[in-house]
Amino acid sequence: MGFPHLPHPRETQVISKYFGDAEARTLDGWKKRGGYKALEKALGMQPADIVNIVKESGLRGRGGAGFPTGLKWSFMKPGDGKPHYLCCNADESEPGTFKDRECMRWTPHALVEGCAIGAYAIGAETAYIYIRGEFTEPLYWMEQAVQEAYKAGIIGKNAMGSGKRVDVHVHKGAGAYICGEETALMNSLEGRRGNPRIKPPFPAVSGVFGMPTTINNVETLIASAPILLNGADWYKKMCLSNPKSTGTKLFSVCGNVQRPGTYEVQMGFPFKEFLYDLCGGPLHGRKFKAVIPGGVSVPIQTMEEAEATLMDYEGFVAQGSMLGSGGVIVIDDAQPMVTVIARIARFFAHESCAQCTQCREGTAWTTKILERIRDGEGTVEDLDTLLDIAEQMTGKTICVLSDSCAVPVVSGIKKFRNEFEALIQGRRFHPVAAAVA
Amino acid sequence: MNPPELVGGLESPDYASHDSAGHAPYAPVFTGEVKRELDELVKRYPQKMAALLPALWIVQRERGWVPEEGMVEVAEQLELTPAYVKGVVTFYTMYHQHPVGKYFIQVCTTSPCGICGAEDVVKAFLRHTNTGELGVTSPDGKFTVIEVECLGACGFATPIMINEKFIESVTPDRVPDILAELA
Repeated sequence: MGFPHLPHPRETQVISKYFGDAEARTLDGWKKRGGYKALEKALGMQPADIVNIVKESGLRGRGGAGFPTGLKWSFMKPGDGKPHYLCCNADESEPGTFKDRECMRWTPHALVEGCAIGAYAIGAETAYIYIRGEFTEPLYWMEQAVQEAYKAGIIGKNAMGSGKRVDVHVHKGAGAYICGEETALMNSLEGRRGNPRIKPPFPAVSGVFGMPTTINNVETLIASAPILLNGADWYKKMCLSNPKSTGTKLFSVCGNVQRPGTYEVQMGFPFKEFLYDLCGGPLHGRKFKAVIPGGVSVPIQTMEEAEATLMDYEGFVAQGSMLGSGGVIVIDDAQPMVTVIARIARFFAHESCAQCTQCREGTAWTTKILERIRDGEGTVEDLDTLLDIAEQMTGKTICVLSDSCAVPVVSGIKKFRNEFEALIQGRRFHPVAAAVA
Repeated sequence: MNPPELVGGLESPDYASHDSAGHAPYAPVFTGEVKRELDELVKRYPQKMAALLPALWIVQRERGWVPEEGMVEVAEQLELTPAYVKGVVTFYTMYHQHPVGKYFIQVCTTSPCGICGAEDVVKAFLRHTNTGELGVTSPDGKFTVIEVECLGACGFATPIMINEKFIESVTPDRVPDILAELA
């Protein structure tokens, strides 16, 4: 029921099919399972045709933004005389998200294949897989897979005997959430501090090493292989709700739930059944209180909202949140919301790259104020101050880390205001405080 | 009236002094086999500077941390200035800028693990390692415990890392056994 549990019959396993299958990690095992057939097919096609199939399939970026992948690939102009680069964003650091980790530790060759397909499609000879430094096990398996693929001639200067050059390199990060932001990742890859860059220029014009670059999430690249093999229509049909969201999506589930793990369902799957049936519902004697459905950067959902949600890009927006990275954090009635939100703010304060004032100061002040409310030291004005700071932090910075910190604060105060007020009032009627007054 | 006391001091930590305080003199890392390893890495990128993060990882692998002499060496290898290299080192949390215990223990306490009891795991490590405090190395030089932001294994709360080793689903009662295995 989602790795590490047995698969649930209502899952649709395309990407997660071989999670837990140690043999799939090796080149031989991967080939036995149909691996590298998609790459072989791709190398015999025109890059533009690959881009069109991916466009037609409706595949959208699985890292968080949901940008149409085929369209992104089509921004790379062939024959412009410049070297092109593909970056695979494997810096998965969004709290609540651990799907790419499973992809890399169980099916590393799927990612090598996806990178090679992507690189060829955008006219790049080199793909870099940027993996966060903490992922020692995925790093190990990815390096093994890349080495095996080089030795077998699958990648390299004559990829699968096609005469085309496709290099894939693993690059290890060194601990920075912000390097999951695409332009920060490129800076980091170049050997700089991981500060996000001002856009434009967009990566397709001037990306890593100043050259046209496409950057895709692990899951997105892996999905390109079955799409090429089975066709755009096959992928498009996997859709239970809005036709703008197609295919399957990995959801990593964590927090106060019976069966945390990585689940793969078709876009549009009912969230209520997902939480209670697939994930097994709340822990014994507890009740769900809230859900953060796409990593801590998306708005918190109440259970009413969550239970009415259909799990796709549009479905989460319709119910006051976003699909984000698919990192579902389930919070039950034993957790004080202020504590949860204060911890999220602390995360962002720690991870701010400190380039922009609004973010550097805003994340720190937000944390301080939330922690004093949590500790019963808050005042009534604090809530307005928090909302004011959040407004100043939104839409005013180079990247969206600042906005991401504001999001759980604003949605938390809006949807769980009573918990904030109870803590603040506890202070007001505190016997010691009353005696001093 | 006395001037207000400065909290924290203005001097930056003198990392070089760690060496005079009992550490062996710095021996160059990039010689022989390791130098060849770096040369191979540089070939992967169109610019030499891109090998900076990998080069720093090598220094940390060989020396256990990244001393200033190591930064100078990396700068020479990649034709950068030592100040530039230090600027990059200080941005990333995983490069140790001073020596740490033989076992560097990182416990994830970010929200998803936080709501599953990560704080208690931290407390258990602090107690059983005799470090008592986050970031402090135990008197025997064996352990340093820190809290880390999201290790990306939220479904296996609480994940920890001991040096390069990743351990999932750690609970406070597993801590003594985990530590016993290290000894």
